[in-house]
Amino acid sequence: MDWIFNHLVTLILFIPTLAALLMLFLPAAKITLLRWWAFIASLIPFLLSLVVWARFDADGKGFQFVEHTIWYRSLNASYHLGVDGISLTLVVLTTFLTPLAILASYSIQERVKAYMILFLLLETGMLGVFLSLDLLLFFVFWEIGLVPMYFLINQWGGSNRNYASLKFILYTMGGSLGLLLSIQLMGVVAGTYDLPLLFERWANLKEATLLGMPTETVKSIIFWAFVVAFAIKVPVWPFHTWLPDAHTEAPTAGSMILAGVLLKLGGYGFLRLVLPLFPQQAHQFAGYLALLATLAVILGALGAWAQKDFKRLVAYSSINHMGFVVLGIAAAAWAAGTENAVIAVNGAVLQMVTHGLSSAGMFFLVGVIYERTHTRNLEEYGGLFTLVPVYGGILLFVAMGSLGLPGLAGFVSEFLVIRGVWPVFTLATALSMIGLFFTGAYILKALRQVLHGPLNERWVGHLTEINLREIVVIAPMMALMLLIGVYPAWILDVINRAVMMWF
Amino acid sequence: MTTELLTWLVPLPPLLTFFLIPLFTHRKNGLSHWLAILGAGVSWLLSMVIFFRAASISHLSEHPLTLAVNWIPTGENWLQIGVHVDPQTAVTLFFVAWTILMIFIYSVGYHNYGQPKGDHDQKGLPPHGATVTEHGHAHKVPSVEPMYARFFAFFGLFAFGMYLLVVTDNLLTLFIGWEIMGLCSYLLIGFWYARPSARDAAVKAFLTTRVGDMFLMLGLVALYSITGTLNYQAILHNEEVLARLASAVSPVLGLSWAGLIGILIFIGAVGKSAQFPLHVWLPDAMEGPTPVSAMIHAATMVSAGVYLVARFFPLISAGWTPGEPLTAAMLVVAAIGTFTALFAATIAPAQDDIKRVLAYSTISQLGFMMAALGIGAYVAAVFHLVTHAFFKALLFLGSGSVIHGMEHGVLHTGEHIDPQDMQNMGGLRARMPLTFWTFLIGGLALSGFPVLTAGFWSKDEILSGAFNGGFVLVFVVLALAALLTAFYTGRQITLTFLGKPRTSAAEHACESRWSMTIPLCILAFFSVVLGWAGIPEKFPLLGGVIPNWFGAFVGSMAAEGAHGAEAHHSSIPLLTSLVVALGGLLLGWLVYRNTEAGAPDPLKKLGMVYVLLRRKYYFDELYHFIFIRPAMWIAEVLVYAWGDLKIIDGILHFIGNAGTWLGNFLRGAVDQPIISNGGDALASGAREAGGRLRVIQTGRVQQYMLISIVVTVLVGILLLLLASA
Repeated sequence: MDWIFNHLVTLILFIPTLAALLMLFLPAAKITLLRWWAFIASLIPFLLSLVVWARFDADGKGFQFVEHTIWYRSLNASYHLGVDGISLTLVVLTTFLTPLAILASYSIQERVKAYMILFLLLETGMLGVFLSLDLLLFFVFWEIGLVPMYFLINQWGGSNRNYASLKFILYTMGGSLGLLLSIQLMGVVAGTYDLPLLFERWANLKEATLLGMPTETVKSIIFWAFVVAFAIKVPVWPFHTWLPDAHTEAPTAGSMILAGVLLKLGGYGFLRLVLPLFPQQAHQFAGYLALLATLAVILGALGAWAQKDFKRLVAYSSINHMGFVVLGIAAAAWAAGTENAVIAVNGAVLQMVTHGLSSAGMFFLVGVIYERTHTRNLEEYGGLFTLVPVYGGILLFVAMGSLGLPGLAGFVSEFLVIRGVWPVFTLATALSMIGLFFTGAYILKALRQVLHGPLNERWVGHLTEINLREIVVIAPMMALMLLIGVYPAWILDVINRAVMMWF
Repeated sequence: MTTELLTWLVPLPPLLTFFLIPLFTHRKNGLSHWLAILGAGVSWLLSMVIFFRAASISHLSEHPLTLAVNWIPTGENWLQIGVHVDPQTAVTLFFVAWTILMIFIYSVGYHNYGQPKGDHDQKGLPPHGATVTEHGHAHKVPSVEPMYARFFAFFGLFAFGMYLLVVTDNLLTLFIGWEIMGLCSYLLIGFWYARPSARDAAVKAFLTTRVGDMFLMLGLVALYSITGTLNYQAILHNEEVLARLASAVSPVLGLSWAGLIGILIFIGAVGKSAQFPLHVWLPDAMEGPTPVSAMIHAATMVSAGVYLVARFFPLISAGWTPGEPLTAAMLVVAAIGTFTALFAATIAPAQDDIKRVLAYSTISQLGFMMAALGIGAYVAAVFHLVTHAFFKALLFLGSGSVIHGMEHGVLHTGEHIDPQDMQNMGGLRARMPLTFWTFLIGGLALSGFPVLTAGFWSKDEILSGAFNGGFVLVFVVLALAALLTAFYTGRQITLTFLGKPRTSAAEHACESRWSMTIPLCILAFFSVVLGWAGIPEKFPLLGGVIPNWFGAFVGSMAAEGAHGAEAHHSSIPLLTSLVVALGGLLLGWLVYRNTEAGAPDPLKKLGMVYVLLRRKYYFDELYHFIFIRPAMWIAEVLVYAWGDLKIIDGILHFIGNAGTWLGNFLRGAVDQPIISNGGDALASGAREAGGRLRVIQTGRVQQYMLISIVVTVLVGILLLLLASA
């Protein structure tokens, strides 16, 4: 038992991989077995992460559940894992969403074995990013996450999947190229990849030079490489156009994870690496970041409003919502050390969680109706509330969560971001309200086209009500949205204490 | 239990019913409505207990009852939420509890509980009636609402939102209740969602109010950022904070922060209370079932806007003392309110839909309240808020009863007429006596019929507040609006109830059931007696006979001078209210008393003006043209088609194509000619050489021997030569 409790994060990280490897030996024809195997295997990390949550000391300084072993001695890279309040929240989000996404994938009929293996590998990749306390390790997991997602889109995606998957992987690879080079640069200049060590040394590093370049130049280069990589991942306007394609073409569960977790890697990168390691540069360029974030909020909402494809509309909504995350980060970069920064980052981290819930939920619900109607064109629905009242009620609930209705989770986080950013970037906050208004417009547009209006007779007798498995997938997300919306303190307290240590 | 704890409980029963009905009882209509009424009833009971307890506490406004808990951690501090009971909360709770409960009970009858299922009814559309066979011949009767249980579930949430808004102690939870009501109005206006008009009205209501909400949200965060709190007591009853806000200059137009925040909050109320220019949603909101109209337009949502502005009256009037020029925020509130009061009152007479007339009258009356707040007559505004809630709820429910009766007539006769059009009514007084008398009381209260009705006292207080405060323009405009109010009310009562039936449906209309008429009677009771709780002391003859309880209780909330009429009473406003109320009613009756079936409305003689009023000054068309169409173009063409697809993706594809081109170029210019062909050349050269040399590979030993000898000899000679040289 002791061994388990001492290696909780390693177990969380690698149980999905282990399950994927064992799955190679299971017969490919036994689809039911494969599904349940993957589902149960992904539940274990979730339960373990709940154990971590329960045993986590919110007041504790620094990282907890740390595991540290030499990895590449010659490079000074180590296998170094640990969590704080920020990463723990995202780890739990990941382990929470993955089983639900796998359960949502029960409708996949082709090559189930390969699909499930990829999904489990994907989980390890994402968790690794949140858990790593070593830059090289961070990068390895960062890249590992890409590959399964590429194949998920490319093999199980929609009609335009080749274009979308290629765009996705090339775009993100383009970003991570700079990331890799600058991580190596940091390793060379600082002599270590270890993050806790870098947090102590890097920001105050003065005399390190490389190829005759002054320290500040080196830092600026690395800063920009990091920013670009994470900005693509979030995505910040104008690096966002891979997202609607990838999200729209990915299979339902793939979209859930893409929107629910993968985008958060970018936001997490900003919070974990960019702000603590480059406070001066971050402060210097915070205004530009705020500008881009505001553009993402406004243009993302307008873009969503312009869509005729239900799934693409939801995809664009992610740009809109993630804009608030970046806006909060920008405010924290500018006003580090103030209460405003703390509130803004609280909001940004919580927004990552709440967007994870609402966007995964929305993508799932789009998937539910797509599987039955084989269309995503909003104009081909109409009046479906009559046919599927339970589905309609659920869709209303989740859509309102996405809209940021007070009482559900999205409101708390958006409110905190706006409150934190207002004294820092007042104009940007005011302008982002335009985006928030159009959030309402596109959500209502979707509901109007799908549920309301005269019934499209074409679906009578064809559209069946949401089934029990699907309700089991969506119900936990709804419960969490409500819980966070009504009483956010239980999760915000953990985030808040961690954020106070950092910002 | 302590009053504070009870106050926490007030909003919860309706919320509970919102969850219980869809989960457990939605198949059972009776159980669902009993559950909903039970929830509303418990909240009503709690509210009454709180009201009477609060009324008995002295100095409640200085020491309100509060109880808060931690809600959101913000760095070192916590944002707390809790309850707050002061005189304004208490009186609001009073009218909210009564009107909500009455509307709940009324809805049972309105949705035809106990009637058979419709012949062709389907979810999302209003019931069309059922055929029943009695004594051998079939006839049509009203059918039960197909989404009966759902209606009560939504209503529960609506009631929760309003109660939450009223009992809360801070702006954030107020905003939560505010938005939940926004959602409910969306759900209930679009209750018959399959009708395109209802669906569009719902979206319009939600988005129009959301415009205001966005400003309110900014005001909220600005207030929170500056003061570090959102608690009423800590901001509004803290002289030091108010003074600081009033003196600090904001970056907008040189306003003080108090002014800017006040205006931002007011814009939120403009959306919610349907003030100009965000009034367009409210008339369309009549698409919902009539109890919804009553709920939104009387009891809850639109009142919330006035409640908010009244609540933040200390902030809006920060730095103002009676008699001095108004603050910027007050000026804005007064201007918008006054304008809206008249503006909406001009549209109402040109409408024929019985509910639409009431909708515009609501906008106009809310304008009265806003105007009162803007000129500092806080007590008068709150008083009118309370009395208006009762008589407007009464009027809406009364109009619902009329529509119900007309629908009965329509089903009975099979006539194809609009049962909401007043031109099709007439003479309903005889067919629906209870509805008539209660509607008459409501109408008279709305017109401000002297002395008897509550509306008179509250409206008179606003008018005298305007006059005595020296705001002559406000006074004149409001008096004009009051005249129009009385006129269109007289028109409405005459067209609906008096004269002779103009259609056979109206001839066959019948009185509604007790579940609808009893709420009417109770609301009518309050529409009369409530006014007596606020008779000013200096009123001729009556003043001082009944103590001015309302003025004393609520008046303690505001500084001296915000009491409206009390300071120096003049008889001009009183005479004015008498003249406009009676004159308007009389005029309405005179013009419409002899309306014949099919005859054009006498107002049509106004020509273009009538058309302009009838089309509501073309605001819908205007907004469509200057806001909605451009916004859609920006979204669909500029942002998406051009920005994302053409420009950004264009750049990406260019980079991608450039990469492909470079690859092809490298292949064509370097790979193929040099590396690939070079390698090939090496290989083919070797092969060619091999081919040439092949001729000497004959396989004959003699030849090989010969060649060996020749080579050996030649090499030997060469070596010798080298050695000797």
